[in-house]
Parts: sequence; C-alpha cells; structure tokens
Amino acid sequence: MMYLLKQFRNQTKPKIMSKTFLILQQEYLKRVKKKSFIILTLLVPLLFAGMFAAIIFLSMYDDKQERVIAVYDESTLFLGEFEQEGYTKFHYIPMEEYSRLKANMKGSNYYALLHIPGNIYNQNTAQIISEKQLPIELTEQISRRLSRFIENDKRKKIIDEAGIPDLEKRLSSTRTTIRLNTLKLSETGETQKSSSEVAFIASYAMGFIIYFFVFMYGSMVMRSVMEEKKNRIVEVIISSVKPIQLMAGKIIGTALVGLTQVAIWIVVGIVVLSVAQGFFSPETTMQMGQSIMENSQQVNPALTQAPANNQQISEIIEVVGNLNIPLILFTFVFYFLAGYLMYSSLLGAVGAAVDNDEDSQQMILPITFPLIVSIMLLFPIARNPEGPIAFWGSVIPFTSPVAMLARIPYGVPAWELILSMVLLVLSTLGAIWVAARIYKIGLLMYGKKVNLKELIKWLRYKS
Amino acid sequence: MNLFEAKNVYKVFGLTKALTDVSISVKEQSIFGLLGPNGAGKTTLIRIINQITAPDQGQLFLEGRKMHQDDVEYIGYLPEERGLYKKMKVGEQAIYLAQLKGLSRQEAIRNLKKWFERLEMSDWWNKKVEELSKGMQQKVQFVTTVVHQPKLLIFDEPFSGFDPINTNLIKKEILRLRDEGATIIFSTHNMGSVEELCDHIALINKSWKIEDGPTNEIRQKYKSNVFEIKYTGSFETMNKTLGTHFNILEHEEHQNENRIRVQYLNGGTNNEIIQTILPAAEILAFKEIIPSMNDVFIKAVQESNKTKNHE
Repeated sequence: MMYLLKQFRNQTKPKIMSKTFLILQQEYLKRVKKKSFIILTLLVPLLFAGMFAAIIFLSMYDDKQERVIAVYDESTLFLGEFEQEGYTKFHYIPMEEYSRLKANMKGSNYYALLHIPGNIYNQNTAQIISEKQLPIELTEQISRRLSRFIENDKRKKIIDEAGIPDLEKRLSSTRTTIRLNTLKLSETGETQKSSSEVAFIASYAMGFIIYFFVFMYGSMVMRSVMEEKKNRIVEVIISSVKPIQLMAGKIIGTALVGLTQVAIWIVVGIVVLSVAQGFFSPETTMQMGQSIMENSQQVNPALTQAPANNQQISEIIEVVGNLNIPLILFTFVFYFLAGYLMYSSLLGAVGAAVDNDEDSQQMILPITFPLIVSIMLLFPIARNPEGPIAFWGSVIPFTSPVAMLARIPYGVPAWELILSMVLLVLSTLGAIWVAARIYKIGLLMYGKKVNLKELIKWLRYKS
Repeated sequence: MNLFEAKNVYKVFGLTKALTDVSISVKEQSIFGLLGPNGAGKTTLIRIINQITAPDQGQLFLEGRKMHQDDVEYIGYLPEERGLYKKMKVGEQAIYLAQLKGLSRQEAIRNLKKWFERLEMSDWWNKKVEELSKGMQQKVQFVTTVVHQPKLLIFDEPFSGFDPINTNLIKKEILRLRDEGATIIFSTHNMGSVEELCDHIALINKSWKIEDGPTNEIRQKYKSNVFEIKYTGSFETMNKTLGTHFNILEHEEHQNENRIRVQYLNGGTNNEIIQTILPAAEILAFKEIIPSMNDVFIKAVQESNKTKNHE
C-alpha cells in the first residue's frame, strides 16, 4: 500500500490525481505514520496472542509441588486407599501422632492433616487441617475420592443384598449424558449444525467491532476537522479545494486507515495461527488430547468421555464453518462503511460547526447516543434475535450497523436485510447532504456559540 | 488591461448585507488596495474571489473570461486568519499545499527550494512547524502563498506578526512579484503601507464601495486647502495678516523658525495665498498638505456614515 502510494506520488502528471486523492493520501499517510497507530495496530494482536498464550500456558501448567499429607484414618475404611496422587503423597499416621501434630504442625514435613472420622459413613464429613490455604484442586480431589469410595461401597452392599447377577455392570450401563445438538433449517430445507454459543459469541464480537470502529474512526474525522479549523489552516485549504473535496478526502482516507488496520490484523492473525499450528504439531495435539482423556477418566472412570471430546471439537469447527462467512464478511464491510460514512460525516460537521472542545462535547452526545443505544441492544438481540427489539434495532438506520451485524450470525430474513440496507444507504446519503452544508458554513464561522437551532438555520441558507 | 474584475456583486448573510453592488477592476501588474473598516465586507469579497463563497448576484472575470472554480489555481491567497499544520514538517507541508494548488511534486520542490534559499529559510525544511517562531511561521505561510506563481495574489494583512526587518523583506518581495508580472490585491488597516505600495485603492464601508481610484488621485481628491508655512517673524503679525479667510489649525513657535498649519476657507490658487502672507514674515517654506491615506480613510468613512444615516 505504502509502496503504491509512493509510486503514485512520484508520477510526473499531477493533474491525473485529483485533489481529493491528494487530501486522502495526506490524511492516510499522516495517520498511518503516527506512532499511536503503529502501537495500537501491533498491540491489539499482541494482546490477543498474549491472552491466548496465557490461557494455553495456564491450562498446560501442572501443579508440580510435592506435598505430603498425613492421614489419620479413624474409620479404618481407607487404609491403603490413599497412596499417591500426582505429586501429592499420603502417609498414614496413628492417632497419637495425629493429636501431637494437630497441636503443633511446625517442624513436621506434612503439608496437611487429613482426619477421616470413624462415623464418616453416616456423617459424610471429614476434615483437613493445614497451616496454609489449601489449593482448591487438592481439596476437591480428596473429597471426590472419599465420596466415591463410600458411594461404591454403599452400592456394592445393595448389589450384594439384591443378589442379581451382573447388576454392577448393568447399573453402570445406565449412566447417560444427553448432548443437545442444535440444528438449523436452511432455506433449501437442509439441516445444518449450529450452535447458539458460537452464534452468541460471533454476534457480540461483530456488534462490538463495528461499534468500536465507527466510534473511533468517526471521532478521528471530527478531531481532524476541528484541528484544521482551530489552526486556521482551513481557509488556505478551501481556497484550493472545495470543502466537499476536503471532507471526502478526509473521510475516505480515514476509512482506509481503518481497513488497513483490519487487514494488518488479519495478516498477523493468519501468520500467528500458522506458526501456532506448527508449534502444536499433531503429536503435541495428541499428547494434549491424551492428557485431557486421562483427566476426564480421573473425573469419572465410569464414563468414556474422550471420544465425545474429540467429537465436540470437530463439531465446533463444523458449526463455525456453517456460519455464513461470505455473508458475514459482506455485511461487515457494508455496515462498517455505511455506518462509518453516516456517523463520520455528521461528526465531521460537528467538528466544523464548533470551535472549542466544550461545545463539541455537547454536540457529540445527541449524535452518538443511538450508537451507544445500539450496544445496549446486543443483549436483547442475543435473547431473542427475531423479536421486535432486534427487528426495529436492525432496521432503524442509526442503530442498524451494530444491531444488524449482531443478528447476522443467527440468520436474518432476506427482506429484513434488504430493507435495513436500503434505509441505511438512504439515511447515509441524507446525513452526507446535511453534513456537507453544515461543514461548508461552519468551517469559517468563528466565535459563534452553535446550537441545534443555529444548525437548522444553516441548512436553510442558499448554497 | 484588467486582470481581474468583479461586477455588481451582492452578498447577504441572513439579515446582514455583506456586499451591495460592489464592482472592482484590478489592472494587470498593479497593486490594488482593498480598504475598509472592520466588518465592511472586505473578507467576504476576498472569499468570493477565492471561490470560497458564492455571490448572491454579480459576476467575476479573470483575464476577461468568466471565473471558474478551477481558476483558484491562478490565485495565491494569504488569509488574515492563517495557520499551518503544527505537527507537520515545514517542507512536507509546503509541498502538500503547493500540490493542492496544482503543482506537481517535482515542480513544488523546485520552486520551494528557490524560495527557501532566497528568504534564508533552508534550515527549516525538516523542522516541524510548531518548532518555529510566529514570524518564521508567517514566512513559511508567505512562501506557500506564492510558490505556484499565481497570476493573482491576495494578501490580507500580510505584515501582521512580522518584525520591521521582515516586514521590509516581505514588502520588497511583494514589489518584486509585481514587477515580475503578478497582480496583487492587498487588504490592510496599515495605511502607511497602502501609501507605499498601492497603485490603486477601493474603499468599502458597510457593504458599499464608497471610493475607488488611483491612490494619488484619491489623496488629491481629499485635499482640503490645508497648507504648512515655515517662517521667521512674529506669530501675531502672521495671524493678523491671515485674517478671517484662514482657519489656523496648529502653530509652533521656535527661536529661528515658526511653523503654522492653516486651512484656506475661500479656496484659491497657491500663489494667491503666498501673496497674502508675503508681507507678514520671511517665508522659509510653503507647501500644500496632501492628506495621508489614514486621513482619507477616516474622512471618507465618516462622510459615508453620515450620508447613510441621513438616508
């Protein structure tokens, strides 16, 4: 991109390049060369990468501390039951030692004291004493073991009493977990695997990204206009180009900065993903899978969850694949551009109309209010993507860029999408018309407190 | 030949009349002073010439052709309220502004280098504008106004922010630009520089053009029979001799030389006056006072306000 622009700049025939393009190029390069742009563009993927790395690291990190736990088994049911679990060792001690240690644990090598009372069978309680706060994983492990042992023992007794052959096996076979597979009926009548979780995440993500971009780049346009007015360079500029050219160059240039940023993120994302894939070669993935299997078997040996796990992963991939990616990309670009154009031209007009920051704050709120409302619509939309809030939110032009994008992953009837797009395009054109008039008059208006009434008066001026 | 003409221009903002039937003709290779009190409509006229605002009525001509939006490339405009991008480097910014006026990048760099050398600003090329002093910024701004070799230059208060040395430098540059072929419209409240630079002036007051003509003719026109006489002798005798036909405006008495400023109420030739005063004293000097542009300005505006108020 930069290279192409450079080439273009060095062209010997400047008249080919319209002045709008000059301004566009100027705005674009100014922003792209800014430190803040470079930092933000690099920081966001790094932040994401860091977050993922942290999650992966934490999930792979085992508790490797070696601990010895003293067990005083008053019930004598568990003798030999506790030996070693991961890095934790168990050591059985008699009652005297337990009493002694209970009074003073200092100087002993024990990390904690587990007391299994004689009446555990009826009371269902045991206690563990330690000087430090015990890790929750450890206490759950112990509690699970104790429960399972008692549970198995009780069941065995009942089975023995009943005297039915193979009852143990037959009972185990009754254990079931039902997974609810959500299928979506497409218009052609095929069923597709869908997932409300994936749709929910996609919906929120899309809504927020659009909101973030429209808001960030819209205010960028406004600040840039305000700067030119404040600097008083604007009169020089509009003695060379028409105000509408200046505004168009500024808005398009800034939009390109946004698209450049997204493009960089996509490229960085692809690179990071392929590097990560190399890092997590099939073998390592297998190992990870095995350790997951081991874990789940520990959790419930009666269940064979491992195949289910693999199946879930492949299902998620399938479900993500079943999201209409081309439609999402198309609507994303469309609603970003249209929403951005509408809001940035209005914000640009505000930038031209005011000549200090205080006044701009007052004028920004009525314009950005619908945008903020649209973010609040995300939750009702997720709850009922077909409901009246979702419908009106995604059809009314001021909220539709965010609201419609949030609805897309759930599927939207074609006529609603077309209605929303047509309305958005029409109101964007209207916004540009209004903004261009305010902009033209506002640029050279100084020292006048501008309010809505004043702006409406400007709209009525002869051009 | 007239390089620029405005014919019967009207402009109204809401209820305020900014220009009423204003016509001006600017001769090629001349300096045209556009004068008037604050809020008279000068800036509106200048903005109309620059195609920033459109007139409600009236027409503009450049070299005899009706003016068109693209003609702004032939104009260099230095607005009264001016500025540059603070964070941008001087050279880069000057190139950008020149390109907006239609120069190619190479042409812009070539012309700019010449100007920067002549005005001794070459060291500033890679500095940010905010690092420069106000006067230095004004100099950069001046260069960006003239770099595309415009046929018509419009300077609105070009000397504000300059020290006397730089004012002089810019004055010389303006005259040199005129001599090299440029036509200049010059708006200022500094009447001294109008006398010094302008070949022709137009005076606007309350949206109307109230005076228009070659600078010297206008000053002549506003002569009011005021004379300054230097003499040796007594003021009493001089006073008696002058009698009731003269109004004494001011007088100073010194040892060897007295000075008196009088207005001749009847009107008459200079020789008649000299004859009247010859008997009274030894005359050292006699001259008719031609009003300064400052006086012309004040007088013309006051008269126009009076008649307008009567209407």
